[in-house]
Amino acid sequence: MSEKNKYQNRRDFVKKMGTLAVALPIGFLGYKLVQQTSAQEFVWQIDPNLCTQCGQCETNCVLTVSAVKCMHAYEMCGYCDLCSGYLRQGVKELNTGAELQLCPTSAIKRNFIENPYFSYTIDEELCNGCGKCVKGCAAFGNGSLYLQIKHELCVNCNLCAIAQTCPADAIQRVPSSQPYLLKSGYKAKES
Amino acid sequence: MKKKILYILLMLFIGWQSISYGQQRFPKPEFESGYDYPEYQLTNPSSPIWEYIDVAVLIIVLILTTRFTLKTRSRKSILFVAAFSLAYFGFFREGCICSIGSIQNIALALFNDGYTIPLSVLLFFLIPILFTIGYGRQFCAGACPLGAIQELTAIYPVKLPKTIETILSTVPYIYLALSILFAATDSHFIICKYDPYVGIFRLNGPSTIMIFGILLLISGVFINRPYCRFLCPYGVILGWVSRFSGKHLSITPDNCTNCRLCETSCPYEAIIPADFLEVKEPMLKSRKKFMLYLILLPIITLGAAYFSLQFADNLALVNQKVRLANELRIEKEMGVKAISMDAVTFKESGSTLEQLYEEETQIIKRFEKGTPWAGGFLGLSLGIALLLTTINRKRDSYKPDQGKCYSCGRCFEYCPIHVEKLNIK
Repeated sequence: MSEKNKYQNRRDFVKKMGTLAVALPIGFLGYKLVQQTSAQEFVWQIDPNLCTQCGQCETNCVLTVSAVKCMHAYEMCGYCDLCSGYLRQGVKELNTGAELQLCPTSAIKRNFIENPYFSYTIDEELCNGCGKCVKGCAAFGNGSLYLQIKHELCVNCNLCAIAQTCPADAIQRVPSSQPYLLKSGYKAKES
Repeated sequence: MKKKILYILLMLFIGWQSISYGQQRFPKPEFESGYDYPEYQLTNPSSPIWEYIDVAVLIIVLILTTRFTLKTRSRKSILFVAAFSLAYFGFFREGCICSIGSIQNIALALFNDGYTIPLSVLLFFLIPILFTIGYGRQFCAGACPLGAIQELTAIYPVKLPKTIETILSTVPYIYLALSILFAATDSHFIICKYDPYVGIFRLNGPSTIMIFGILLLISGVFINRPYCRFLCPYGVILGWVSRFSGKHLSITPDNCTNCRLCETSCPYEAIIPADFLEVKEPMLKSRKKFMLYLILLPIITLGAAYFSLQFADNLALVNQKVRLANELRIEKEMGVKAISMDAVTFKESGSTLEQLYEEETQIIKRFEKGTPWAGGFLGLSLGIALLLTTINRKRDSYKPDQGKCYSCGRCFEYCPIHVEKLNIK
């Protein structure tokens, strides 16, 4: 009987040591990493100054309509009639004809304001984040169109699938208290 | 005259400046009709409070699962908790952040000073492990949305041949080693990229992953918990911790009578039968084997580490920068035009090849440092697995294999003592 007890005890002892051997490194890992934590959460955002409008945002987001949308810094916009973000290059007419538009989903709405100014607003329901308009605006215009990740859509993946392939490393982790990297001109509204 | 030239030069300079910055080529219009700039409605990301609600829910779910597996022993309750976790962590919170993926954040934080890991992610990594130290793999049973979706769809268990099972169960080790290596070198988060079920949680995702997920879900009806058994890297960690857990689910609530009724109950091959049926190896032989494997252990480990070092350069190609540098080098040396988006962007960016090559060597160096550890880990795991085959413990009752048991509670109802106790109640 005593023989059996001894046997059991030894097994218990080995098990306890095993538990300790497992718990110690994990405790150490926790201790080491706690010093490196921040209560701050991070979200993904595009730095418009680095963005090259390569078009990856449209296709590489895990959502099938990308969480990346085009935004417009109205106060930078020139309100041109010949808008290089709205119209294809080399068009003969300046109107809202679908064949003239750069945007594949016709998400940019052109409205007459006063001679010679036209306003351009983006319908984010339609925008697919391809960045064609952004490229046009940056190339020949004021660069007031730019891409941003919209946080009501973004599921905040652990590693953003677009950031993984972004050729310009423009997608970065930003603190969730300042979730947008806006071009100058307006502030984020609290929601 | 001189003044004029100066003015022209100045104008040219200003003009050139404005073109090179690509901004404000056209002046800000002055509207006369009283046009107001439209205002943007920007939504902030869901508040970080949610992350802490997640942690709280995780703890509550784990406590409940522990209670249901160890105390009330009710599979139904465990399934209810699992269904809740699937609904909450899976469909409501859309599968991110999960404990499985947090391995990569841990690796990234450990080896990259620039990355500060959010506290909630660290807690998501640690809390399930702490529960496993105490009570076994409660996380897999009730809290993991991936485990839950597989457990709830595991309807017709089919047993796999032993060899296939053994071969496939090495995959998680390789997956774990690679995911830590890639995350530590800040190259890729493969666990997230190839998470088969997250597309189902979001009802949205890349088509390849959606197809993979649905196929895995269908195959999971027959080969139960395919992800947990043959892929899950977090399961490797939990499995090893669970082997030393303080308390653990038991098949029978009382003394096992060796009735063998539970033998076929577990679809995960996690029940170790009592050994009165087995033909035992003679003691001397198994001891000799043990000594042999013990000597082999460091040899296998070091051998695997050395062997894996040969792959460091190839593994480094997972890194985007290394791929880009490779492409540009081929262009330079062999004249194959680099047309990838990365290459085109790089050429436009104006940084020099030397800078890129310098970065590339740094990254490859990190891979050369990390790969032997990953290989060594695989070798060590193999060595320990070999060692364990030689240990013949005396087993007088049917017990769960603590490493493999997901604490799902499937075996409870197969135990006549458990059923009898229920009836008395």
